[in-house]
Amino acid sequence: MNGSPSSLSALRLGRSQPAATTQETSAERRYPLGLNAPGILVALGLLLLIVSVLASGAGALAIPPGDVLAILANNIGLGVGPSPDSRALQYEMVLTGIRLPRVVLGIIAGAGLSVAGALMQGLFRNPLADPALIGVSSGASFGASLMIVLGSLLPGFLASAFGSFSIAIAAFVAGLIVTWIVYRIATHGAQTSVTTMLLAGIALNALCGAGTGTLILFSNDNQLRDLTFWSLGSLGAATWTTVLVVAPLTILAIALTPRMARALNAMLLGESEAQALGIHTERLKKSVIVLSALAVGATTAVTGLIGFVGLVVPHLIRLSFGPDHRLLLPASALLGATLLVAADVLSRTLIAPSEIPIGILTALAGAPFFLWLLLRSQGGAWGGARGAGGAGGAGGARSAGGVRAARAGSLGTTNDPMGVKEA
Amino acid sequence: MLELRNISFHVGDKALLDQVSLEVHPGEVLAIVGANGAGKTTLTNILSGKKRPQTGDVLLDGTSMYTHTPNTLARRRAVLPQFSNLSFAFTVFEVVLLGRTPHQTSASNDAEICLDAMRVTGVEHLASREYPTLSGGEQQRVHLARALAQIWHPNGDGDRYIFLDEPTASLDLAHQHHVLQIARDCAKLGLGVLAVLHDLNLAAEHADRIAIMRQGTIAAVGSPDDVLTSDNIEAAFDISVMVTQHPHAACPLVVAVPEEDIDLRLAREEQALNETIQQLLNE
Repeated sequence: MNGSPSSLSALRLGRSQPAATTQETSAERRYPLGLNAPGILVALGLLLLIVSVLASGAGALAIPPGDVLAILANNIGLGVGPSPDSRALQYEMVLTGIRLPRVVLGIIAGAGLSVAGALMQGLFRNPLADPALIGVSSGASFGASLMIVLGSLLPGFLASAFGSFSIAIAAFVAGLIVTWIVYRIATHGAQTSVTTMLLAGIALNALCGAGTGTLILFSNDNQLRDLTFWSLGSLGAATWTTVLVVAPLTILAIALTPRMARALNAMLLGESEAQALGIHTERLKKSVIVLSALAVGATTAVTGLIGFVGLVVPHLIRLSFGPDHRLLLPASALLGATLLVAADVLSRTLIAPSEIPIGILTALAGAPFFLWLLLRSQGGAWGGARGAGGAGGAGGARSAGGVRAARAGSLGTTNDPMGVKEA
Repeated sequence: MLELRNISFHVGDKALLDQVSLEVHPGEVLAIVGANGAGKTTLTNILSGKKRPQTGDVLLDGTSMYTHTPNTLARRRAVLPQFSNLSFAFTVFEVVLLGRTPHQTSASNDAEICLDAMRVTGVEHLASREYPTLSGGEQQRVHLARALAQIWHPNGDGDRYIFLDEPTASLDLAHQHHVLQIARDCAKLGLGVLAVLHDLNLAAEHADRIAIMRQGTIAAVGSPDDVLTSDNIEAAFDISVMVTQHPHAACPLVVAVPEEDIDLRLAREEQALNETIQQLLNE
């Protein structure tokens, strides 16, 4: 291994303090339950499968998990032979026509939002970042409002061409446009400033909010109701068509992220450190923004705003398994999918036959959890499960304060709100 | 060889670097010293590729450094930053492992190199600790291990370089010397080492060559004996110094002598002289 004469293995050893009585057998991180990284992904995948099967069975017409699996197997050609009594037919119609598209949309949306959240937190080097920072959500919100309130003014041929997708298309396009503006503002020459992007995002979020508010002013009662429900999110629009529209963009985004995992790890050290490690940081920033905007834009367009998933899920993974993006990205996708499918079951069963908007549920569960994280992190390092003091704690608290101040719109005193100043 | 040729770097009207030329040779430790704001950090930023000069060339083995891809450059050149505010809870081992980012070597090979590098900088007992819980000095040594792991083995791309930006800033006395000993050993193994240092005596003891920077220019460059003269130092740092011989090593020793002390000493010497004259006259 150290064959070459000029390998640094020839360096003298340092005087390190003797290790404590607990001699490490390996320097690798130890994961809970004795799992390794692939084991964790398999476990999370199984959890997603179980929750999805249970979710597909839950509802006004309860379908036993066994029947769900049998119908699924049948549909992909693994059936044990048809047994078409009337109940089985009814099961199959409800399952494939209503439940499955909704569960699949939940999986795609949950995975997309969570991966986008993990990407943003890596890019901004801040665990409090979420996809809304680049303006895609508020842009989509503005686009949707525009279509809900003023859609009737569209020329007839456009309205008929887009049909029921007009709101989704407007939301998607507006989300991407706003993100593009944020990106352009933060980019000078060939360089994108992450700090400027954060500030520009806040400004454009406020602007979009003002636009949406103005539209509310001119909306009638029906439109106002539509707007309100859109902003609370729902998987109720799920059909196989919506799934087919959203899936390619989101799956593409998720599929491309593993290639960026190592680069994002290096990016956590800082932009110039990442550059010194051979990372094309400008290219990385661009990919992260484009992929997040696509995933979040496509999802939000058909589900409305679903908050907190993108923020909390990567956080949960980091707390349990550490910040390595090679595990964080796929694990966030799986856990985010699981949580959103579970939340959707609650949303459509708790007060059936009415539905609770899913955004209410994710915020109800996510916000207290997030507050708990905030209180906890004041005494320790971000994403560190074990108590930590000293420098890390101070840094974490400082960045947290920065984001809160920035979110509140007070850009005044700090010129380094994310703690991202390059040294 | 890494070479800066007539580099200038301006921010607005202010020239942070003005027509700077400097060479870093494989196998030497080159120390950069200078007062705050003299341009040391800008110089290392240009060498490490973080900033591009407005005029002048940065040449690696005779061709422009910017024609190399970031990845090939990263396999030849490691940078130890002045500080790094990493607030994500990587373990120490994982941070060092980041040094292997530019390489396509196997995981077990990477792990072995990283453990070796951690042994060299004396942090292997911290391997499974979370990085943010370490002290500043420990964090510095973890990053040094990361930088060493990045250029651990020679590869076909050419000579390797390591840039250390104030590597001793948060270290205790023993570790300051240990880190510079590592730098020395790296040079002995054929690496080009460039270190920004504030402590002139550390530079005198461990560097082959010293470059003194003043107001964006290289005021003097050469061996410690040639460069560390009281005139050079007083011009660059605006403080009076005495340069004597190091009692132990074969290098100069610089002692700062603030002005008031000089006046006092001169007054005392004058007084002593007067007393002697008085005595002689009395006799």
